[in-house]
Amino acid sequence: MQKVSQQQLIDKAVSLLADGTVSCVLGWTKGEFDYDITPALFTDEASLRQGFVWNDFCGANFSKYLVAKTRKCEGKILVFLKPCDTYSFNQLLTEHRFDREKVYAVGIPCEGMADIDKVKAICGDGISSIDCNGEKMAVQTIYEDAPVQVDASSVLAERCINCKSKKHVAYDELMGDEGDVIDSARFDEVAKLEAMTPDERFTFWQNELSRCIRCNACRDACPACTCEVCVFNNPKSGVENKSPANSFEEKMFHIIRAFHVAGRCTDCGECSRVCPQNIPLHLLNRKFIKDMNECYGEYQAGAEVGSRAPLVNYTTDDLEPGEVFNGRDSDA
Amino acid sequence: MRKCSLDALQALFAHVNASMALYLPVDGSDGKAVYQKWSEGARWSHALNTVRSPKDFFFPQTEDLMKFKTAGKSIEIVDVRNAAEDFVIFGVRACDVKSFEILDRVFLTDPVDSFYASRREHGTIVSVACTRPSETCFCGTFGIDAASPAGDVSCWKTETELFWQANTPKGEAFLQLIAPLTEECGNEAVQAQQEKTAAVMKKLPLAELKADAFGGGKTKEFFDRPEWSELSQACLGCGTCTFVCPTCQCYDIKDFNTGNGVIRFRCWDSCMYSEFTKMAHGNSRLSQKERFRQRFMHKLVYYPENNDGLFSCVGCGRCLSKCPISMNIVKVMKKLGGE
Ligand code: SF4
Ligand code: SF4
Ligand code: SF4
Ligand code: SF4
Repeated sequence: MQKVSQQQLIDKAVSLLADGTVSCVLGWTKGEFDYDITPALFTDEASLRQGFVWNDFCGANFSKYLVAKTRKCEGKILVFLKPCDTYSFNQLLTEHRFDREKVYAVGIPCEGMADIDKVKAICGDGISSIDCNGEKMAVQTIYEDAPVQVDASSVLAERCINCKSKKHVAYDELMGDEGDVIDSARFDEVAKLEAMTPDERFTFWQNELSRCIRCNACRDACPACTCEVCVFNNPKSGVENKSPANSFEEKMFHIIRAFHVAGRCTDCGECSRVCPQNIPLHLLNRKFIKDMNECYGEYQAGAEVGSRAPLVNYTTDDLEPGEVFNGRDSDA
Repeated sequence: MRKCSLDALQALFAHVNASMALYLPVDGSDGKAVYQKWSEGARWSHALNTVRSPKDFFFPQTEDLMKFKTAGKSIEIVDVRNAAEDFVIFGVRACDVKSFEILDRVFLTDPVDSFYASRREHGTIVSVACTRPSETCFCGTFGIDAASPAGDVSCWKTETELFWQANTPKGEAFLQLIAPLTEECGNEAVQAQQEKTAAVMKKLPLAELKADAFGGGKTKEFFDRPEWSELSQACLGCGTCTFVCPTCQCYDIKDFNTGNGVIRFRCWDSCMYSEFTKMAHGNSRLSQKERFRQRFMHKLVYYPENNDGLFSCVGCGRCLSKCPISMNIVKVMKKLGGE
């Protein structure tokens, strides 16, 4: 259950529309099964009251939508930002990707978002409704007479288990209580990969990446991927490919994607959330973040607007990566 | 009709695999079902269906069409086709079996796609009836009966047994092959199970979804509907829906420069992409709204128009569960079809 209720968010949106602060509202709208939520723009009270939802399945990060929507919308857009979304918000501002003046940001607390696959692992398929408003999540399926009561904590998405911050780093207004930056265990999995031999690691990634269908969802959902035309969509780039010609190209796509967001990735986790093939893309991103922290000092992309990412910042006492990794990895 | 005990399945798979390659859904390393070639110890997945559809067997994501080798001023053209070998796909659901018919109408009409045709000729499809459909299933909308799947052979799985029925000469040959490991039987158990499945299908949240509002000849009615803007506004243009869809059939043909020659290959393409069908003048569909509309107009209007009213969606539900923003054909149909 989320601490700020759907009703409170709707009332907030309605009042900001009514007093003219904003002219439209970026929100989540309900689908067929309570968990299949779609981002939508609302412009009036009636549609907000009818369609706006806020529950444990509102994972979609709205920051990136602001790039396109601020260009289209007359007046200001109201956007509700979970703590992790605010980091993406700042990162986009750092890169001048949207006009801050056109946005009214309301920070909302977040108890973590659920992963529907984990819900299904417990309750099975055939879900007819999910009620997230109680102490426990009540999941009704067509196969059982009574709803199955599920602990929200047992179905948290990976990125929420390893949440790095409950603190909002950007907002015009905050609803509910402010949280703290968390000392999360998000690098533990990376450390496990680092402890592998190069061959083991290669096998691990080979196995994961071989499932990729090159649908590009990871890139398209990523708030750090905002190029107007991605190099992979540009027939003139010479590397445009809709699917890999071979296993080398398959890895090349992932290496380029991960490198291109290195230093700019806030670890929001959208890539892993949307991947239809459950590829743990966040591990690539976190490896870069961990390395940068170790080489250049702690850095969190999006923690503030205008910070210089380690990889685009040069100081004369920068370490040579070799100095850090010498002796740790024979292949580094 | 023939049957075997579920305990005897491993021996049966081994027997089949000894004479032709056998593919079946197994649980992959991420816990999701995926079609894999059978090998000793491989277990048939309990999952309802695979994330990736079985269209790969006939229309793979990438395949080489030919190679060019250059030496000085001469170009050698290399035929890369190898003779397809017989294979069998086991465990295909009713929706996916129907998708092959939809692909056939594209690839087997003149000019016949010889790559596709050869694999189709060599493949035997063994379907399995569904017993526990998901909320995302809506095969019934398109007249598909999950309890009576088509295919060369149809199977029904009960708690303890698997029942086999041949529907085509290829299927007869297959039942011949497994005859030593199966026994003749009546169809009472199958009928009982079909009735149970029918009752479950009625309880599905999408059981009442109808496609009647759509079909050939309705381009004018739907093309300019204002709802397309709202429906497409959150679409990322990622193409996940097209790649997981068993009936999406668009491809691109591209050249890969190897340094001393060229590999001409074909790969899946997506109408959701900005560079789809790009020509000298650019892309014919400029906005994501137009690209999004194309996908659904094709499935619900254009394809039926050209194919005797057959829709090119089989209600498998893959796009419902995999779209990052949960926009899909069901929401489109409900919005435009007036429900
Ligand atoms: S979302 Fe997953 S399957 Fe799609 S391109 Fe990215 S890694 Fe590959
Ligand atoms: S409808 Fe969904 S899956 Fe399809 S391209 Fe749009 S965002 Fe991607
Ligand atoms: S459009 Fe969606 S439900 Fe229909 S066949 Fe394709 S993936 Fe399945
Ligand atoms: S859509 Fe129908 S045939 Fe396909 S898996 Fe679901 S119930 Fe079975």
